[in-house]
Amino acid sequence: MDTQNKWVYSNKAKEHFINPKNILEDESVYQFDGKGTVGNIKCGDEMMVFIKVDRKKNIITDCKWKTYGCASAIASTSIMSEMVKGMPVDRAYRLSPKDITKELGGLPEHKIHCSVLGDKALRAAINDYYKRNGMLDKIEKEKARLVCQCMNVTDHEIEQAVLDGARTFYELQEKTKLGTVCGQCKDEAARLLDQFVKKHFDK
Amino acid sequence: MAEKQIYMDHNATTPIHPEVKKVMIEAMEVFGNPSSLHWFGQQAKARVEEARERIASFIGAQAEEVVFTGSGSEANNTVLSMLTCPSGQCLYNNRGRTNIITTAIEHPCVLETSKCIQDKGTNVTFLEVDRYGKIKIEQLKRALNDKVGLVSVMLANNEIGTIQDIKAIAKIVHKAGALLHTDAVQAIGKIPVDVKELEVDFLTLSGHKIYGPKGIGAIYVEKGSPFCPLIRGGHQERGRRAGTENTLGIIGLAKAVQMRDKEMVDESKKLLKLKQALRKGIEGKIDGLYFNGHPTDSIYSTLNVSFEGVEGEAILLYLDLEGIAVSTGSACASGSLDPSHVLIATGIPVERAHGSIRFSLGRENTLEDVKYVIEKLPKIIKRLRDMSTAYAGKK
Repeated sequence: MDTQNKWVYSNKAKEHFINPKNILEDESVYQFDGKGTVGNIKCGDEMMVFIKVDRKKNIITDCKWKTYGCASAIASTSIMSEMVKGMPVDRAYRLSPKDITKELGGLPEHKIHCSVLGDKALRAAINDYYKRNGMLDKIEKEKARLVCQCMNVTDHEIEQAVLDGARTFYELQEKTKLGTVCGQCKDEAARLLDQFVKKHFDK
Repeated sequence: MAEKQIYMDHNATTPIHPEVKKVMIEAMEVFGNPSSLHWFGQQAKARVEEARERIASFIGAQAEEVVFTGSGSEANNTVLSMLTCPSGQCLYNNRGRTNIITTAIEHPCVLETSKCIQDKGTNVTFLEVDRYGKIKIEQLKRALNDKVGLVSVMLANNEIGTIQDIKAIAKIVHKAGALLHTDAVQAIGKIPVDVKELEVDFLTLSGHKIYGPKGIGAIYVEKGSPFCPLIRGGHQERGRRAGTENTLGIIGLAKAVQMRDKEMVDESKKLLKLKQALRKGIEGKIDGLYFNGHPTDSIYSTLNVSFEGVEGEAILLYLDLEGIAVSTGSACASGSLDPSHVLIATGIPVERAHGSIRFSLGRENTLEDVKYVIEKLPKIIKRLRDMSTAYAGKK
């Protein structure tokens, strides 16, 4: 191991952090076809993604972004903005955090949370593009399903808790308080926990 | 590695003092077990006891009041766990006082231990702090009653440097019949600490924050105080901490303490000037910033500042690429997803905690270093603000 030149994230992440690609510094002069914002600075990160689309070919021709976020958020969105250029909109719509972190040469587990904002904002931007162009049928609503009736916890919140570090049922309960009243949802929640851990963290 | 390497993270850990290094290299030869009766053991024992005396005298204690531990965290765990020891063999007489009072801004080793014993049924009060990080004395007075056995308040805070008035706190705590522990890891070797003057019953210190080795800490235990070991199974440290003594670490710690005694006063004047220069330099070149911690009752080497519209981990890593080592209260650097509990306890908005950077200066820092930081930092903040969603329209 080269201990002299060890950096906290991968070399690819370092490159993109040092020279982030496609940052949009001035929104007012950029003609975009779709814009999406996700996150919140109170949670420590916020992301905006802008896309230009070739309507005839249904291909993303340009992608720009800005963020209030950490190094992994910067690096992962930078690499994502490169990946989606020239990509069919439908395919970009299905881009997952795993695709991005793979391209980035991996991220530590606790930083996966920071890399999901980019693709979420991208989907929001594509949804915005669909809306502007009357393609409402294309929008896949990320409908949340209620899992715990008592504490009002959805499958989306369970997925978020997993991204935020929950791996055991106890940790999931700590974060969401699900299943702490009647307990009926416990089996379902445990199944979802397993599913989301596999989805995001299986190598 | 960057061309220049400037270390400004001394509250995290410090480099070994050259004099400490010298003594420790020599002390590597001292391998005997201090418990052994032969020459090898007795030689090691003599070195350990000599070190104990030196450390004790540095804090105004007697030698037998110093118990060596494996770290400051172990020392804090030991003190916090004593009160609620479930063992029937335990010699700690808690006089029916099993409740604990501590503060919201303690080091995680105090907070987590407190929460753990709270989960087991102990009543624990976490005192709030004001915007500068000072505990509210009135709240302490209200929380004290005849069930409270121990109060634990840190002397100086590791993140914002705020110093508590331990002497005044001790008077209040003792009047209510409880014992007082102070975690002095960040204060020892920076400001004068005398246990008799502070009137504390327990005090924690650590080696690696004062240019000594890692893996060595100590607890001061006032002579008359009850005690219960955390690590059992040996007569070492008068039965108060089992395990063969870390002779090398103990000798290193004593030398570190000796060097602090020698250098502390002059160094404090130098570092205060550097901190003021750093503060002034940053203030002059960057807008939208806030300094965290107490303006005067604060460790002279700690400067904690929040930058509007930017996230701390990104600042930290851009600074690192320029060879400047600092730390941040941002969630993204913590491994959890929660920002600094200390900054949050002072009541600042969450985003300001996410955007905070801590500079902690040390004996090797120079005015050149400070100038270098003042030259590099504004560019980094501007760069991050240019890409920030939270700093639009303020260019």
